[in-house]
Amino acid sequence: MKAAVLEKPKAFYDKFERKGKTQQETTHYCPGCGHGNLHKIITEALSEFGVDDRSIIVSPVGCSVFAYYYFDTGNIQAAHGRAPAVATGLKRSNPESIVISYQGDGDLAAIGGDEILQAANRGENMTVIFVNNAIYGMTGGQMAPTTLVGQKTTTSPYGRKIENEGYPIRMSEIIATLEAPVYVERTALVDFKTINHTKRAIRKAIKNQIDKKGFSFVEVLAPCPTGWKITPVDSQKWIQQHMMPYFPVQAFKDVSDQRESMEIEQRDYSDQEVLDVLGLSQLGEKKQVPASFIENFPTQFMKIAGFGGQGVLSAGVVMAACAMNENLEVTWIPSYGPEMRGGTANCSVILSNSRIGSPLTTNPNVLIVMNGPSLDAFEDDVQPNGLIIVNTSIVDRRVKRDDVDVLYIPLTEIASGLGLTAAANMVCLGAYLEYTKLIDYKSLFEIVPLAIKKKHLVDTNLKAIKEGVKYIRENYSR
Amino acid sequence: MQKELIKGNEAVIKGALMAGCSLYFGYPITPASEIAQAAAYYFPLLGGTFVQAESEVAAINMVYGASAAGKRVMTASSGPGLSLKQEGISYCAGAELPCVIADIMRAGPGLGNIWPEQGDYNQMVKGGGHGNYRNIVLAPNSAQEMCDLTMKAFELADIYRNPCIVITDAYIGQMMEPVEFPTTRKKVPYKEWALYGDEKSKKNLVTSILMNTHLEEEHNKKLQKKYQTIAENEVLYEALNTEDADIVLVGYGIISRILLNVMEILRKQDKKVGLIRPITLFPFPSDFISQAADSVKSFLVVELSNGQMIDDVKLAVNGRKDVHFYNRMGGAVPSVDEIVDVVKKFI
Ligand SMILES: Cc1ncc(C[n+]2csc(CCOP(=O)(O)OP(=O)(O)O)c2C)c(N)n1
Ligand code: SF4
Repeated sequence: MKAAVLEKPKAFYDKFERKGKTQQETTHYCPGCGHGNLHKIITEALSEFGVDDRSIIVSPVGCSVFAYYYFDTGNIQAAHGRAPAVATGLKRSNPESIVISYQGDGDLAAIGGDEILQAANRGENMTVIFVNNAIYGMTGGQMAPTTLVGQKTTTSPYGRKIENEGYPIRMSEIIATLEAPVYVERTALVDFKTINHTKRAIRKAIKNQIDKKGFSFVEVLAPCPTGWKITPVDSQKWIQQHMMPYFPVQAFKDVSDQRESMEIEQRDYSDQEVLDVLGLSQLGEKKQVPASFIENFPTQFMKIAGFGGQGVLSAGVVMAACAMNENLEVTWIPSYGPEMRGGTANCSVILSNSRIGSPLTTNPNVLIVMNGPSLDAFEDDVQPNGLIIVNTSIVDRRVKRDDVDVLYIPLTEIASGLGLTAAANMVCLGAYLEYTKLIDYKSLFEIVPLAIKKKHLVDTNLKAIKEGVKYIRENYSR
Repeated sequence: MQKELIKGNEAVIKGALMAGCSLYFGYPITPASEIAQAAAYYFPLLGGTFVQAESEVAAINMVYGASAAGKRVMTASSGPGLSLKQEGISYCAGAELPCVIADIMRAGPGLGNIWPEQGDYNQMVKGGGHGNYRNIVLAPNSAQEMCDLTMKAFELADIYRNPCIVITDAYIGQMMEPVEFPTTRKKVPYKEWALYGDEKSKKNLVTSILMNTHLEEEHNKKLQKKYQTIAENEVLYEALNTEDADIVLVGYGIISRILLNVMEILRKQDKKVGLIRPITLFPFPSDFISQAADSVKSFLVVELSNGQMIDDVKLAVNGRKDVHFYNRMGGAVPSVDEIVDVVKKFI
């Protein structure tokens, strides 16, 4: 193994103090293991580029879980398979840091199969070093997704069988099919030639990150004499004879010259900018309203129901926003999920002068029904002496109960008359406020321009409110 | 400033941004999706990061990375997603990484349905992942608290270097209410232990593995001490009419709002009913409930679960008084009248 021993680069600790009080000069790896040499190759490249101080190594779960014993860089240990996700979090937080996700084959190709694919596919500007030793080293030589066909491990005691576990997975080839990655290469740790190849590849994968080119991936075929139960020297031969024919050592993708460097603008935002973006700066001051208005306001438990598309949810929102503007307490809660997809929708709105408990209006004192099924569903729930507003353009029956107040209004027809059927909900709110006189209907004019996203429809909606008011004045004046 | 009428779920994101959160990693799930959608909309406009992760597993591990990098970061999900996050949450707890996780509970087990439930209490309040750890758990019951407690969650997470959960149900998440937002954005403190990718922080190591029983035990003891400190200092609850109460109702989230109506109705009928609403589920207001047990005749715990928080109430009462239970599951929510009838059975 002499050929594989390398000098200690700067980013490699001289003494491994994190390892414990003893044996601070030797690594915790077995003799002939690939991890230690690979660590040195990585640190060599980091030192060469002078980025040790900016670098963060993500240690995986596997024999290299203690990679942080050796790297004189920032260090973090990740859950099994999740190193690319952890690296994503680190890199997105501090784009100037150099993040290296270091993973074994169980970690990367089995449990972390999705994380590596997706990080590669997002083109995260990171470097992944994938140590393929065809086995689970740490847990005692079990089969890995890269274990060769016929290879005996503690969980493939009769040799890996195609019928049972399929073929060994070639991660580099898979990653190279993705559009985003800049550079994908497989190398090996066998002799001078392959080690130099590995050094070149790792240097390039790190340089790409420094240059902000995107995702680079280097797979390294590495010996695990302990797991393979052979000597270090035989391990090198084994890689050459068995691994390299199945896992070709070559570049699979390299578009680093074609890729632009991705600069990320970073700056601070003022409080004003934050409030502007969050839409909080245009809210204005709280309105002054007479104390008597608040004191005398009778709680409205409203249920507004109809087809999806009739604007029942937005009618509720506008009503709640209007009452909020008058300093009342309000809640709005929709029926949601599968029920909405079925084509009917309803919302509960409560307007009150005091703290609101349950936002659900099981027994409304105001029921607005835009279609027939809604009247069928909720008529019986209305409180005695409550109010029901019926959209007679669509609902073809009368209210059966005689202990409630009813307004029959052709809401949809009135709205159609204005050229906007969808404004039936606003006709209704105008009528409701004009009839009950709880809040001046003109208060809606302050809300509608803010609540309606399609600005060219604001005027028609305001007209619709007035039409509702007019209808009440002409038909239900009290 | 005037208030904004806003959904609880959206208030979480605006609160998070005002708290200085700059990264969001998540995976869509009803009824928490508005949180991810609001994050996707607002974060990029303020130089922040939104990544739709490939899974909840990936999302929580991205959170782990970003938290280690010294940032304020969050994710959100609901039942099944939280189950997937548990390993990652345990890692955050073990490595003492601050982060905020919102859980908008839906019905379970399994895929269950999207209606409100409180069946995640045990998995979020008691641990859920492996090992001896606790999350700080805040339970808002209004859109205002969705904002305020999310902001508080970031503060507590940083103070204690601990995952902090904002837990509520689908109703509180979907409901719109007026919310008053703060006008200044919080500054994120410098974290001596974080990995900023620079010379000063390069000595730092973020890990939860300690390969020595002695060190691991010391670490565990240190964590337990921290949880003790949290328990002594961070309890929040709301108590109404408990002083003269014969029966005290206990509930959180949407249930606490229904119980408020129940209490008001029964008080009007001269029934001595009080209400305790735990705002922190860990730490639990055990001392206050224990004191209340001195004077009240009994408690009624109401939950949208098979009875998970009730264990904590019973521990606090310690057998001294009856602790009754009423629940609904599967997404059904009890009406006010339904609970009024239940309470009447016990007084
Ligand atoms: C969720 C989870 N499952 C299983 C393990 C146990 N485990 C530790 S290391 C390992 C295998 C690692 O193998 P590999 O990635 O090939 O790395 P090597 O040890 O060969 O370097 C396993 C399964 C774990 N720590 N976490
Ligand atoms: S078991 Fe294999 S991978 Fe692990 S340290 Fe030993 S040789 Fe290296």
